[in-house]
Amino acid sequence: MEKQTYNNAVVRWIDDRLPIFSFMDHEYNQFPMPKNLNYWWNFGALATVVLVAMIVTGIVLAMHYTPHTSMAFDSVEHIMRDVNYGWLIRYIHANGASMFFIVVYIHIFRGLYYGSYKAPRELLWMIGVVILLLMMATAFMGYVLPWGQMSFWGAKVITNLFSAIPLVGESVVEWLWGGYTVDNATLNRFYSLHYLLPFVIVGVVVLHIAALHVTGSNNPDGIDMKGPQDSVPFNPYFTAKDSVGLGVFLLIWAAFVFYAPDYLGHPENYIEANPLVTPPHIVPEWYFLPFYAILRAITFDVWFIEAKLMGVLLMFASILVLFILPWLDTSKVRSCRYRPIYKWFFWVLLIDCVVLGWVGANKPEGMFPLIGLIGTGYYFFHFLILLPILGKIETPLPLPTSISESVTRRSGAPAGATAATGGNA
Amino acid sequence: MADSLAEGETRRDFLFLAAGAVGGVGAACFAWPLIDQMNPAADVLALSSVEIDISAVPEGQGITVKWRGQPVFVRHRTPKEIEEARAVSASTLRDPQTDEQRVTKPEWLIVSGSCTHLGCVPVGNKVGSDRGEFGGWFCPCHGSHYDTSGRIRKGPAPKNLLVPPYSFVSDTKIKIG
Amino acid sequence: MKKALILGLVACSLMAAPVQAAEDAEAPKSVDWSFDGIFGHYDRASLQRGMQVYKEVCAACHGMRLLAYRNLMDLGYSEAQVKAFASQYEVQNEDPNDEGEMFNRPALPSDRFVSPFPNEQAARASNGGALPPDLSLIVKARAGGADYIYSVLSGYAEAPKDLKKPDTLHYNPYFPGQLIAMPPPLTEGAVEYADGTKATVDQLSYDVTNFLTWASSPKLEAQKSTGFKVVLFLLVFTGLLIAVKKKVWSAVH
Repeated sequence: MEKQTYNNAVVRWIDDRLPIFSFMDHEYNQFPMPKNLNYWWNFGALATVVLVAMIVTGIVLAMHYTPHTSMAFDSVEHIMRDVNYGWLIRYIHANGASMFFIVVYIHIFRGLYYGSYKAPRELLWMIGVVILLLMMATAFMGYVLPWGQMSFWGAKVITNLFSAIPLVGESVVEWLWGGYTVDNATLNRFYSLHYLLPFVIVGVVVLHIAALHVTGSNNPDGIDMKGPQDSVPFNPYFTAKDSVGLGVFLLIWAAFVFYAPDYLGHPENYIEANPLVTPPHIVPEWYFLPFYAILRAITFDVWFIEAKLMGVLLMFASILVLFILPWLDTSKVRSCRYRPIYKWFFWVLLIDCVVLGWVGANKPEGMFPLIGLIGTGYYFFHFLILLPILGKIETPLPLPTSISESVTRRSGAPAGATAATGGNA
Repeated sequence: MADSLAEGETRRDFLFLAAGAVGGVGAACFAWPLIDQMNPAADVLALSSVEIDISAVPEGQGITVKWRGQPVFVRHRTPKEIEEARAVSASTLRDPQTDEQRVTKPEWLIVSGSCTHLGCVPVGNKVGSDRGEFGGWFCPCHGSHYDTSGRIRKGPAPKNLLVPPYSFVSDTKIKIG
Repeated sequence: MKKALILGLVACSLMAAPVQAAEDAEAPKSVDWSFDGIFGHYDRASLQRGMQVYKEVCAACHGMRLLAYRNLMDLGYSEAQVKAFASQYEVQNEDPNDEGEMFNRPALPSDRFVSPFPNEQAARASNGGALPPDLSLIVKARAGGADYIYSVLSGYAEAPKDLKKPDTLHYNPYFPGQLIAMPPPLTEGAVEYADGTKATVDQLSYDVTNFLTWASSPKLEAQKSTGFKVVLFLLVFTGLLIAVKKKVWSAVH
């Protein structure tokens, strides 16, 4: 890292001893970014903003919340009714969880479409999958805290997954609960971990960004930067571009917070937890629905594996498969722009995930179990069979020679030029 | 391009400044709820009044009652104590107040039980405990002496013991708050 | 890519929509509430009438334990009126008296609404085994919200001839399962409104639903008016940011 010389004596004094100013200048101000990034590259920055907002509002909520089964529900209502701006802070936090998942899911599908998981960014991608897992754990435990009916029964059902583990399952579940059911001990530990995990996420995000700054960003053409003509400095170019996305994103978030704050939640959760009465229809939050569908997909024993265990295994496998994705995809070309066949399968996968979510939202009756089974099958088919084979047999389109050439071509070319329409299928 | 380079630069600077300023205002507005949430909540502010039966408090003694989570001293003063309190010229005091300003019925003195120095609870409400050099209360934390009207006479405290809002519901009942 | 992703997002949000009231119940009537929409606000006169309905009819069986008497000042009552209202009820004092015995005192504005039954068992015993739910959050806790509550209250009907109905249950097409333990609570003239409004079943249902919505979302007015300012601000801010972005990138494109 080249040292800067600063005019301000205090800045210079600090920078000589701890080069934070040089570091920021190098990694943020001047950091070279591919100049062809589109708005789908906003979502990493947006996720960072949501993470910070969630931690800030979360710390504030913790000042008023009481993690005890007899007081948790009322303390949340105390926040909603009595604490100054409590309703606002809680609605920001509750809807923020949904916003976080929307942003991160788009971020992930952007990576899938443009091949951002491919060499040399495999580790960057894998760290991202770790962040997703941590987010899911944090969100799950956070949803338990208001101690409504869905909190309680969601917690009970999901922790019971672990009872599917052969031999030690029951003991593991008792250990998770700290008792014979989800109770005060469970609520307390979930509260503790819900406060801790976001800071772990911050740590892993730092690693994610550090890894990103080793390889630099991927881009819509999926080709490497060849020189300064291909790049622009992060600031002001991407400060400005990310800010536009942030403005739009905050508008969407605000629309939910102020005009549909409970739309993404479930009415049952405004009923205090009752261990003796199960709600007629238990569903997780929308961001877990596809996984919930996979969990319920298997209704028959497979060889010696019970249906219950199989469902649990598949649900975890659906995320774990992402870890080995960089090696499952055998194509030499990163971006779907230049993969005429895979491009279509990307959309099929996306639709498959939405369908799985739809199945997850409905009772397992009628045609839903079958759709769930097919959807689950396709999900694994896509990653484990399609991707390895497709990379071998697909003939990619010719890649542009450089990013700057691609930019000139795309902005200058008449509408309808095939390569230029990219993913606008 | 009609704009000269300089004009373009000015427009750009203005835009940057405007966006920065608007963003700053937005951030400040967002910060307010996060700060204000630490102020007392509506239910805390509403912890309104307590009613106390004082018929059983003998002359010369006091009781301590809880109001808004803090102690309030209710003292049944003897004629001698009243006389002592009234004999002092207010202008000589650190926090000049006459006894008449501090009581509605002379035999009943009602003051907050928090020392105005740093908030300890002074002793002296019970008969036999140290009432300090002026026969009122004595704060053991840092040695403030209060007289029989709860006024600061000696020690570090800057103000007299606060008189909470109260009223007599009847001869034997007071309502604090 | 954009179009398809937007479609996907729309699909996701539809999927996440709260599951509508149980399939064997009729869809709730659609009511034009004053609190709907961007500038939604409560109709204070209706809230006061609704409170009267709650007090004189619902409160016999249903508590509202999350509300405090002081909250009624939001409805436009004065402090003195609220004090007088609260003092009709008795609550147990927080601390025992000097003899160590707990004692009751008239409720203060700072106290929470007194529930009609001390516990669930007592409530069930008095209601033929059914539990009248606490109403503090009822509008938020039911799919369909205010429309649903209004429909159930005003929607009791003669049971179809072929329906096998236990005597303890009542036919209500809007209630999941269509059989509800609560007898029709509102009848014409059940309450004599102070402001002279005619107390039809629809009017009573409308007023008490307004009141219950306020009880569930007492901050709704602040929420909507703040929201309008925030959205307006963000529109201006985003507009500025778009201009900045265009200016910054003009040299590159």
